Amino acid sequence: MTAFLAKRLAVGLITLLAASVIVFSVLEILPGDPARIMLGMNASPDALEALRIEMGLDRPILARYLDWLAGMATGDFGRSYTYSSPVLDLVWERLAVSLPLAVFALSLSTLIAIPVGVFSASRRGSAADTITMGAAQVGVAIPNFWFALLLVYVFSVGLRLLPAGGFPGWGESWAQHWQAFKALILPAVALALPQAAILARVTRSAMVEVLGEDYIRTARAKGLPRTQVLWRHALRNAMIPVLTIMGLQLAFLLAGTIIIENVFYLPGLGRLIFQAISQRDLIVVEGVVMLLVASVILINFAVDICYAIVDPRLRAGR
Amino acid sequence: MNVFASALGAAAIVLASASGALSARTDLVLGVVLEPPHLDPTAGAAAAIDEIVYANIFEGLTRIGPKGEVLPALAESWEVSDDGKTYTFHLRQNATFHDGTSFDAEDVKFSLERAMAEDSTNAQKVLFSAIESVEVVDAATVRVSLKHPQGSFLYNLGWGDAVIVAPESAEGNKEKPIGTGPFKFQNWARGSSVTIVKNPDYWGEPVALERAEFRFIPDAAASVTALLSGDVQALPNMQAGDALPQIEADSRFKVVIGATEGETILAMNNGKEPLNDLKVRQAISHALNRDEIILGASSGHGVPIGSHFSPANEAYVDLTGLYPHDVEKAKQLLAEAGYPDGFSATLKLPPPNYARQGGEIIASQLREIGIELEIIPMEWAQWLEQVFTNKDYDLTIISHTEPNDINIYAREDYYFNYQNPEFNAVIEELELTADPAKRNELYGQAQRIIAEDAVNGFLFQLPKIGVWDAKLEGLWENSPIQANDLTKVRWTE
Repeated sequence: MTAFLAKRLAVGLITLLAASVIVFSVLEILPGDPARIMLGMNASPDALEALRIEMGLDRPILARYLDWLAGMATGDFGRSYTYSSPVLDLVWERLAVSLPLAVFALSLSTLIAIPVGVFSASRRGSAADTITMGAAQVGVAIPNFWFALLLVYVFSVGLRLLPAGGFPGWGESWAQHWQAFKALILPAVALALPQAAILARVTRSAMVEVLGEDYIRTARAKGLPRTQVLWRHALRNAMIPVLTIMGLQLAFLLAGTIIIENVFYLPGLGRLIFQAISQRDLIVVEGVVMLLVASVILINFAVDICYAIVDPRLRAGR
Repeated sequence: MNVFASALGAAAIVLASASGALSARTDLVLGVVLEPPHLDPTAGAAAAIDEIVYANIFEGLTRIGPKGEVLPALAESWEVSDDGKTYTFHLRQNATFHDGTSFDAEDVKFSLERAMAEDSTNAQKVLFSAIESVEVVDAATVRVSLKHPQGSFLYNLGWGDAVIVAPESAEGNKEKPIGTGPFKFQNWARGSSVTIVKNPDYWGEPVALERAEFRFIPDAAASVTALLSGDVQALPNMQAGDALPQIEADSRFKVVIGATEGETILAMNNGKEPLNDLKVRQAISHALNRDEIILGASSGHGVPIGSHFSPANEAYVDLTGLYPHDVEKAKQLLAEAGYPDGFSATLKLPPPNYARQGGEIIASQLREIGIELEIIPMEWAQWLEQVFTNKDYDLTIISHTEPNDINIYAREDYYFNYQNPEFNAVIEELELTADPAKRNELYGQAQRIIAEDAVNGFLFQLPKIGVWDAKLEGLWENSPIQANDLTKVRWTE
């Protein structure tokens, strides 16, 4: 087990290093001069030159790469060209939206998907199974931005129950926390629905496979109640594919939610990267992408540990 | 239980603000498209900076009014010497900066010298190029000497890039802007909004609003739903789109279509074959149907232009009749130039809607005279590098939003690759002329020369589509400069 985890950790570190080379060189090749973008079309050449020197863009590529790497190793991700504040601060501010939103959406989708998947699998072939899986198919097919707009028209423009977008910040008082939470409800629902549909289908097929195993018949034969067999014996063994999908979904929800962030104009990580790329704020793009690579590696690591928890064979072996 | 209690609290707040609405409201949320990179107007070109801070937080010696006129601001009055080379400004004496430090002549000297300095990153350094020296006469008087007379000097000082900052706070203005204006900066929730509040110690007429929030909504559809749901009450620069008729039909809102300083042009690379041939450019100009372009690229809003000049300006000359839409004439000119079967070229398009949608219409109009355009969409950074800086393009569509910028045609090495000594002479003379009548005449000449040379395809003046709550008044109809001046904004009833 320890050897297994140590090996995964080493692979993770090498992946990080490789990613840093790719990220840095890709952004170097990208056309567009950050100084020109900041100063606009009317800027004079000497103002541009002054800004380039101020941003350190006049130095050789290799020196900048090594500085950047050394900085990250010590937790210094540099300062944003455009915002002129530390990259980590920017990421931290955005995580205050993206992380709760991702967790909220993932919990919603899990809470819907697993019971639905288990239910469908246990009544395989019945009308209820056909209907829920049909609904899941529709859920997979619906584009989430369209669903988001629909939610806004119903709950914000029509009923005026929830804000159409924006994020007021978490604030200090309970009333402010509640306002912030309210701002995340519609985006979380919009994100959760397609995820739940996918997860429900995966859960169902994993369960169907497990329910066909001999030990399930044995468990039933020795007189265990149906629900206990379903939830304790079958589900646990069906969890490996489900956990894999959940890991992928969490990684996606952290940074791949740019479309939903746009519909609800939320200040999340996705928009930070998008804005940084279009303004050629390279240091922010580099820093955020590296942090995301690190978090994906970390999530996979956590998923590996979860495998080991649900499957004792992984704990003992290797 | 806690959640329930806070829900009750929230309901109480909603009730409180609803009853408060009986007396006139004093808060406002505006939806703006872009978030500024920082909030220092003297260190960046982004229009989004000025759209928040201009006239609200920062003030210059002069300021530009809603009709594009020059008004006194921190300079109460001024005198110009007979040779037009010395300006003496008399300053407001009761003005203070938001951090409590006082405003005086030293701040003016500091601000102007900072903008002119060698290592200055002011995006409009050229505005200050005529200044020879800035001299403090006494605490309330500043004398500026120019190298040569400059007709546009007072106007230049009204730009956002020329606002007065304090030496004590200038370095921090990007994060926490400290100016002398009627509003103070309160908070910037990055990615989300900037909030400003009333400055109780303002030297001039106090503002009606207690609090204003600029909320960043880049997506056009999202801004419409935000308006409909009441989350925001004004969209001073709405992105033209399909939702406009829906809002026009809604009596809760007012739709105000004004003009900007944005000349939208089909820019041509005058240095590259076959576009270096006047006849080819004239043929293209004849092939363009402006009404169709305005309909498709700007929802039918926008005034056609025949040269690089704003119709709102008093020096404007209507030259739209010079090359009317005439396909036969265009074909004939193309044949005379040696391209009876037309040619093919590229059309590189930046992201805004007017360019992307206008591009397709223009491509189909030019196809009628045999010119095949390959459309290449690009993002801003790419466009700035390839088209604007490296001049690697044939045709492009772009709106030049700086006010009074016809002088760009005299710039050496500008991306149009246009050179005409006659035009440069007019601009040089304009630079030295202060007499308004004479200036207008010179502006007229300048407009005519570039129109006759068909330097670019002149399309239309970009409209300013403002949408706001019908009970709101005082927002600008036009945008002679990039600003959302809230100093006169109030809720009625």
